Amino acid sequence: MKRLLLILAFLASPVWAVQPDEVLDDPVLEQRARDLSTGLRCLVCRNESIDESNADLARDLRLLLRERLVAGDTDDEAIKFIVDRYGEYVLLRPTSSGANLVLWLAGPIMLLIAAGLGWNFVRKRSNAQQSTGGEALTDTEKERLEQILKD
Amino acid sequence: MITELGHFTLILAFLVAIVQTVFPLIGAGYRWTGWMKFGETAAIAQFALVSFSFGALVWAFMTSDFSLRIVVENSHSLKPMLYKISGTWGNHEGSMLLWVLIVALFGAMAAFFGAGLPPTLKARVLSVQAAIGVAFYAFILFTSNPFDRLIVAPFDGQDLNPLLQDPGLAFHPPFLYLGYVGLSMAFSFAVAALIEGRIDAAWGRWVRPWTLAAWIFLTIGIALGSWWAYYELGWGGFWFWDPVENASFMPWLLAAALLHSAIVVEKREALKSWTILLAIIAFGFSLIGTFIVRSGLLTSVHAFANDPERGVFILFILVIFIGGALTLYAARAQAMEAKGVFGMVSRESALVLNNILLAVSCFVVFFGTMWPMVAEMAFDRKLSVGPPFFNAAFTPFMIALGIALPVGAMLPWKRGKIAKAAYSLRFAFVLAVALALLVWAMQTGRSALGPAGLFLGAWITFGAAVDLWSRTGRKGNLSRLFRLPGADWGKAVAHTGLGVTMFAIAGLTAWEVEDIRVAQPGKPFDVGQFTFTLEDVRRVEGPNYFSTMAEVLVEKDGRPVATLYPEKRDYPVARMPTTEAAIDYRFLRDVYVVIGDQQADGGWVMRTYIKPLANWIWGGCILMALGGFISLSDRRFRVAAGARKAPSGGVPAE
Repeated sequence: MKRLLLILAFLASPVWAVQPDEVLDDPVLEQRARDLSTGLRCLVCRNESIDESNADLARDLRLLLRERLVAGDTDDEAIKFIVDRYGEYVLLRPTSSGANLVLWLAGPIMLLIAAGLGWNFVRKRSNAQQSTGGEALTDTEKERLEQILKD
Repeated sequence: MITELGHFTLILAFLVAIVQTVFPLIGAGYRWTGWMKFGETAAIAQFALVSFSFGALVWAFMTSDFSLRIVVENSHSLKPMLYKISGTWGNHEGSMLLWVLIVALFGAMAAFFGAGLPPTLKARVLSVQAAIGVAFYAFILFTSNPFDRLIVAPFDGQDLNPLLQDPGLAFHPPFLYLGYVGLSMAFSFAVAALIEGRIDAAWGRWVRPWTLAAWIFLTIGIALGSWWAYYELGWGGFWFWDPVENASFMPWLLAAALLHSAIVVEKREALKSWTILLAIIAFGFSLIGTFIVRSGLLTSVHAFANDPERGVFILFILVIFIGGALTLYAARAQAMEAKGVFGMVSRESALVLNNILLAVSCFVVFFGTMWPMVAEMAFDRKLSVGPPFFNAAFTPFMIALGIALPVGAMLPWKRGKIAKAAYSLRFAFVLAVALALLVWAMQTGRSALGPAGLFLGAWITFGAAVDLWSRTGRKGNLSRLFRLPGADWGKAVAHTGLGVTMFAIAGLTAWEVEDIRVAQPGKPFDVGQFTFTLEDVRRVEGPNYFSTMAEVLVEKDGRPVATLYPEKRDYPVARMPTTEAAIDYRFLRDVYVVIGDQQADGGWVMRTYIKPLANWIWGGCILMALGGFISLSDRRFRVAAGARKAPSGGVPAE
C-alpha cells in the first residue's frame, strides 16, 4: 500500500510540467522543444512524457533538451544525445531498428493475413450453393425458429 | 457481526457456485430436467448470498469499521459519505468482490430472463457462468479476503487516495466491471454452444443483447475514466495509451466486433465459428485486463495492489478458462458450418471488413502494450512503447473504419452494389467535403488534422442520417421513421456518436491553445480570444483537505464570461497534493485554468488552455451508449428473451 502511495505520489503531485522559467525566448525553438519532449519518457514516472511530468528528473531533461537545441543541435542530434545518456527506454516512440521492426510490422502483417482470410471466406460464401439449407434442423426446430424470427 | 455474516455468505456463495457448476452440466448431459432446473435456483441463491456479502462490506465502509484491514487502508472517518461508499471498490479486495457480484448478477439475470432458452443450453450457460464465479470466489477467499480483521483496530484510517475521491471515478469502476464481466455472458454462451455442438440464428439473437449491454457499460466506463483524467490530472489530457487504459479499450474493440458479427449469425447464419472465437477472446481480454492491473507485470499509472502471487493466480484462471475454451473450440468448430450465401459486395462482407479492422486494431494495441515486456525478456532491450507509437499504428484503422462505415451500413444483405450505396450517399459526401473545406479555409496555416477529422465525423453522421432517411420509402413518409425498429435507430445514433467522438478528438488535438506563464495578481493577459485576470489567491479549508484557491476572471471582448476557481489541494492524511483545474464548460469550447506555485516575485504560475470541442468527445460516447440502449430496447430482443412459447422437449439431441 505504501508503495502504491509512493507511486501515485509521482503522478499526483500537482502536474506542472513545463515551468515558465524554462520556456525559451525563441518561439520556434520552444515549439520544437515541446514537440520533442512529448516523445521522451520521464524515467521515474509511470508512462508519462517529460512534457507532462513534474518530476525533477523530467525538468532536468527538459532543460537539457533545450540546452542542446539552443546549442544548434538538429532534432535527431538532440534526441540522440539524450538516448546515449539515458538509454532506449527514454523513447516513447520505439525505434524501428532490429527486433522493433516486428513491433512496427505486426499490425500491417496481421491486417494482410486477416484481409486474406476474410477475402477467402467471402469468396467461398459467394460461390457456395444454397444446398446445405435447412437440413440440419428438424421440423419442430424450424417451426420454432420461424416463430421466434417472426416476432 | 454483520462483517462476519458477510464473510460467511461469501463462503456460502462459493459453495453454491461449485454446486451450480456441476449439477446443471451433468443434468444437461443426461436430459434430467430436475438437475437442469436446479441451475436457475442456484444462480439466484448465489446472487442473493454474494449481494449480502457485498452489502456487508459497503456497510463496514459506511460505518468506518476500522477493525477491517481494507477499511483502515482505504477510508477515513472524515471522508464524505459518497467516497466512503465508493471506497468499497477503490481497492483490490473490494473491487474483486464487486467483480464476482456482477458475475453472479449476470448469471441470475440469465436464469431470470432466459425463459425462452432451450433448457439444455440454459443449464450449460449457467454452469459455465458459475465456473467463472468459482474461480474468482477462490481467488478472493484464498488470496485477497476483503473481510480480514485487524487484531488491534486503529482510531482512524489512512484515507483513500485523494485522486480517487471524485464523482467521476466513484462510478468508473462499477461501469467498467459491468462491461468486463458482461462479456463473461457471451463467453458462457459460446462455451455452452460448443458443448451443445450447435449454433443457429436464435443463438445469435440470445447472445447479442448481453454483448450489447457489456459494450454499453464499457463505453460509459471508459468515457467516465477519460473524463476524470481530463479534469483531474491537471493538463487536460484525456487518453494516454496507458497499459491499464489499453486493458479496458481492447475488450471494448472486441465487444464492438462481436456485436456486429453476432448480427451476421442472427440474420444470415454465417460467421458462426468466428463469432464463437471472438466471444472467447473478448472475455479473455477482460481477464488479461484484470491480470495487467493486478499483477504488477506492466508499469502503469493506475496499477493497484501489485502482488506477484495474485498475478499468478489470475494467470492460472486465464489459462484454464481461455485455454480450455479454445481447446473445446478446436475440437468442435467444424460442426459450425456456415449456411448463408452472400455476394462479394453485401452487408455481410461489410461486416466482415468491420470485424477485420476492429480485431486487427485490437491486436495492434495488444502487441504494443506487451512489447516492452517481450523485448526485455527476449532481446534484453529495455524500451518504451508510448502514445506516439499507438497514434501512428492505431489511428489508420479507425480512419479506414470511418471511411467504410457509411457505405457498409447502406449495403443490402446478400447482394449489393457499391455504386448504388455510394450514389445514395452523394449528398452526405458533398456536405462533409464542403464543411471540411470551409473549416480549412477559415483556419490559417495549421495542420490538416482538424478538417480531416471534421470530414470523417460529418461523413459518418450524415451517412447515418441518409441511412435512416432511406428507410422512409420513396415518398419520404416521415411517420415511417418513428415506426422503425429500435435496432435501426440505435444503429444510427451509435454510429453518429462514433463520428462525433472522432471529430472531437481531431479538433481538440488540432485547435487547442496553451499558455504557460507567471501571472501577476490584477494584471490581465490574453490567450486566444479571451482575457484572463488573476484576481485573488486565498487559503481554504475543506472537509479533509487544505486548499490554495485562486480566483480568475475570464473576459471576452470586455465582457465577463466566467469566474474560475482553480485549486491546489493538500490531503494531510494521505499526504498527497492534488490539482483541481477550474473549467468553464461550453458547447463549443472549454476554458481550462490550473494554478501552480507562487514565485519569488509574488506572481503565480498559471496554465491556461482553450480546448475546443472537448465536451464532444464524451458527448459522442454518450451517443454511442444511448444508441446501444435504444437498440437494446428493440422489441425483437425482448420477445426472443422472454418467449414462453418454447415447446418442452423441442430441442433435439445432437
